[in-house]
Amino acid sequence: MILLELFYVFFTIGLFTFGGGYAMIPLLQQEITARGWVDEATVIDFIAVSESTPGPFAINMATFVGNKMAGIPGCICAVAGMVVPSFVIILIVARFFQGFADNPYVTNVFRYLRPVVLGLISYAALNIITKTVIVYENGAANINIWAVAITAVIFLISRKLKNIHPIVLIMISAVMGVVLYGFVV
Amino acid sequence: MNDEKKQLAKQLLFVFFKIGLFTFGGGYAMIPLIEREVVESKGWIDEERMMDVIAISESTPGPIAINMATFVGYHTAGVWGSVLATLGVVLPSVIIILILSGIYTAFRSNVWVGYAFMGIKSAVCVLLINNIIKLSKQFRGKFNAALVAAAAFLLLAFLNVKGIFVIMGAIAAGIITELAHIDFINGGKADDPA
Repeated sequence: MILLELFYVFFTIGLFTFGGGYAMIPLLQQEITARGWVDEATVIDFIAVSESTPGPFAINMATFVGNKMAGIPGCICAVAGMVVPSFVIILIVARFFQGFADNPYVTNVFRYLRPVVLGLISYAALNIITKTVIVYENGAANINIWAVAITAVIFLISRKLKNIHPIVLIMISAVMGVVLYGFVV
Repeated sequence: MNDEKKQLAKQLLFVFFKIGLFTFGGGYAMIPLIEREVVESKGWIDEERMMDVIAISESTPGPIAINMATFVGYHTAGVWGSVLATLGVVLPSVIIILILSGIYTAFRSNVWVGYAFMGIKSAVCVLLINNIIKLSKQFRGKFNAALVAAAAFLLLAFLNVKGIFVIMGAIAAGIITELAHIDFINGGKADDPA
């Protein structure tokens, strides 16, 4: 039964992936190519599609594979499989957390976790900035000055207009990308 | 479920739909948007608790985006809140990928989409940088906490330590210093007497 299998496969992937969407790529690749659902090249292609569409990578992937194998019902089963482990675990943790938030050990652990989270976000930002600003051409790493320029302009706008909504910044940057790379470069 | 909670749950669906629709590039790219909507605009959760949510989302299995949506939803409006927030964050992905299925190769190789996305990546960088600047402010005057943040960054970036191990280290440090009554993390500043 393909629907159950879709649910099961994405359930196990959701359950055993720590650290976000990209950490699941090896497991996902292995599971879905071994079953002959999608070939290796399509997975790599789809990673690229997923990077230029909104939303969590994991959900994009589950939707894509589910839909390919069994249409809308397949997509629902795959996405549900992906979401259920997270959902159940977080519900349990959140419940537990509210009861223990005042415990001195828990309080102290979170005093250490907060700066660590800042480190984690900074590391994620460094990766994203590197991927944005550095391009690889003929095996050599070069700085993409146009990306640096767009980043600088968006940064200045965001500092000048402190209350500008992130969504507006995203839209401005998309337009700048189209204009700059399409007509100028 | 009372009316107030129903109202909140509905808002959660809408807010997380919006967040899902405008998140490009994975779970961490979503954090600035969640902060803006959930912490600043709605005040459903405070800055410190948001950092706890991120720590928990990173150290439990599953996509970070889903974990954060579920947690914020539960914190704000109970189980229904978590269901609707999660649904909200998932729906834009599902709808867009379903629309693109069949033409996804054409979409992927479309140059204009590529150009737009190259621009968007810059905005994502800026959002993350601003987010880091903002989050750093809560460690102002707390030298040791800043040290912990720097150490975590160095371990991740230069020694390739996995995030989960850095988090486990922080948990261990929290338990040990509490057991030994060492007040390190507050940078020697007087803690409230327990």
